[in-house]
Amino acid sequence: MSGQAELKFIRSHFSDPLPPPMRTSGIFHWARENLFSSVFNSVLTILILFGLYQVIPGMIDRLIITAVWTANSSKDCNAELLGHPVGVCWGFVNAHWGYFVFGQYPEHLRWRPELFFVLEALGLAWLLVPSIPRKDWAMIYFFIIFPIVAFFLLNGSETLGLTPVQTHFWGGFLVSIVIGTVGIVISVPVGILLALGRRSHMPVARSASVVMIEFIRGVPLITVLFMANVMFPLFVPEGWRPDPLLRVLVGVALFFSAYMAETVRGGLQAIPRGQYEAAQALGLSYWQMMVKIILPQALKIVIPGIVNNFIGLLKDTTLVAIVNIFDFLKVIEASLNNPVWRLSQRLATDHRH
Amino acid sequence: MSVGVEGRPSDSKVVFYNDPRIRSLFFQLLLLGLIVALFWFAYDNTVSNLRKRNIAQGFAFWDVEAGFDISQTLISYSAASSYGRAFWVGLLNTMLVSLVSIFFATILGVIIGILRLSRNWLVAKLAMVYVEIFRNVPLLLILYFWYRGVLGLLPEPRESIKLPADILLNTRGLLMPKPIFGDAFIYPLIAFVSTVILGAVLFWWARRVQARTGNRPNAGLFSTSMIIGLPLIVFFLSGSPLSFDVPVQGRFNASGGMTLPPEFVSLVIGLTTYTAAFIAENVRAGIVAISKGQTEASQALGLSHGQTIRLVIMPQALRVIVPLLNSEYLSLTKNSSLGVSIGYPDLVNVFTGTVLNQTGQAVEMVSVTMLVYLTLSLLTSAFMNWFNRRVALVER
Repeated sequence: MSGQAELKFIRSHFSDPLPPPMRTSGIFHWARENLFSSVFNSVLTILILFGLYQVIPGMIDRLIITAVWTANSSKDCNAELLGHPVGVCWGFVNAHWGYFVFGQYPEHLRWRPELFFVLEALGLAWLLVPSIPRKDWAMIYFFIIFPIVAFFLLNGSETLGLTPVQTHFWGGFLVSIVIGTVGIVISVPVGILLALGRRSHMPVARSASVVMIEFIRGVPLITVLFMANVMFPLFVPEGWRPDPLLRVLVGVALFFSAYMAETVRGGLQAIPRGQYEAAQALGLSYWQMMVKIILPQALKIVIPGIVNNFIGLLKDTTLVAIVNIFDFLKVIEASLNNPVWRLSQRLATDHRH
Repeated sequence: MSVGVEGRPSDSKVVFYNDPRIRSLFFQLLLLGLIVALFWFAYDNTVSNLRKRNIAQGFAFWDVEAGFDISQTLISYSAASSYGRAFWVGLLNTMLVSLVSIFFATILGVIIGILRLSRNWLVAKLAMVYVEIFRNVPLLLILYFWYRGVLGLLPEPRESIKLPADILLNTRGLLMPKPIFGDAFIYPLIAFVSTVILGAVLFWWARRVQARTGNRPNAGLFSTSMIIGLPLIVFFLSGSPLSFDVPVQGRFNASGGMTLPPEFVSLVIGLTTYTAAFIAENVRAGIVAISKGQTEASQALGLSHGQTIRLVIMPQALRVIVPLLNSEYLSLTKNSSLGVSIGYPDLVNVFTGTVLNQTGQAVEMVSVTMLVYLTLSLLTSAFMNWFNRRVALVER
């Protein structure tokens, strides 16, 4: 008994093997794991499936099956006149497509904005698709050549034999894209300059950049647009009369430059100090150091941030509708007021406008 | 070349225009000159332009009678009030809609952010669809959708939609019961405030006991029941000094209660649904950022699922989430200015809209509006920075 515990239990035979797991692959296993893992989850799944069943067939019915695809006026989409239930009136979109895309741009000249769209798509593809080589030429094309070509293409020029089209005829998707493009093309270089200014050792450059960036970031875009719209004409001599679209372009470019500056600054701060010091040790000047060493690395880091800014910019171009620029949203709104296409039903919130 | 005391060339061969200090001074003076010239150019043109157009300058308009009505006012206002009063009405409306939207957007955003991490595939995918839709559609379109697409289809007052808790929904907006506080309501209010203070003291005491002995007295349940119970008892003892003015559906109209105009309702819903998508992504990012080892370690310590989330995951996730929430709140406040597109009488609508049109004093109106938003932004970020410091990781 010395030190040895009395043995209470000794297994005398093998225990039965456990049954194999029911399924470890296939759709049933997946559903068990992801949809019915517990009682609560099962209840949730069933509730959601029921909800989807309530909503989706009705949506398909209204969007596709009973929808009207071609129509000449709101009469063609009126359920009472047609005598059967009618879903979405796609005919309305069909009939206004040209207006939605080009606004009142003269119809026989619409090949010009079309060419503009193609040139822009080419430039963006060249910039953004990694497998296409020579990104430096792509930059030169998109930030210098394309804007100049686009200006003469859209605005027209007597000397080149292109009929001038005034900006109040521009509209729809075209204007949204123009504002977005100008915003991108201007905000990137100005944003880089502001970011460099903010990190500069010169007090005047630094404080000027900080004040401008923080001021613009602290106010809503709509107030900047109001400023561009009502104050900008006061700032210049009376004879100049800046074009309404130009005013908005200045506002948008200014606004997004500040946001771009903060994005670029993040990239500049992420570059290790050694890179700056090494560049200085090699005897490079400030601009050589920035252009050849720092910016290529910094910009590569902040590409996701820059793309995010572009997306925000494209979304925010809709705001110009508030200062009466006929962008994509505004032309759609305007076409709703077309008497031929008047809604049979008046909206409750209509009387307030 | 002789070498000076500090090892620098004493008779430097560098020409003066290559001296970094002189160059820096020159460029700064140039920049300063450019900025001053630009401002002078703008100022000079503005003065002469305004003089030619016979537009007044300065803030004399502040006390002039406004002569227009505002559909939603938090402080007393009529057409006879001054422009200054209209400014405050607009500012209060902006703050009201921002605060209410921040409140709802935070709740909705946190819920959706957590749902996106659900183990239920359908729930996670639905949350993802929500986030992707609302994050990638312009806010203006979302506002139009709620204002015209949803609230635009509301029935006339005589056919109001009846919601639970005596709430009516019709073209005039959301009609809710309006609480009327009796004089004796002060007693339950005092009871409530004092129990909250008592609860806080108890909480502090419980923490001290825990720090000393390691056992935490369960003060939470007692405090909660006290905070809810005592004011209720006092409320009934003092004779229920609270009644509701319930909106009544008449034959042609609905009357009574308090009305939230459709502009306000759709702006709140629009801002909430839009910002919630961004907040959801921030919350998800914060939770995902916490390594799995933290969960496993706390499970190994025997903490329950709820304790793991409350005591281990959330305090760390908040460090990631709070700075992100800060910028979401700021952009929500700035985005509330889009209410101008659906006619909500916020600061931009009242001041840069109506008042500007009446007085023509563009410079003053736009500057004041911008300054107000700038102040709001700076205040919000100051508060959130303070809060951020409190939850931040305390390092050496």
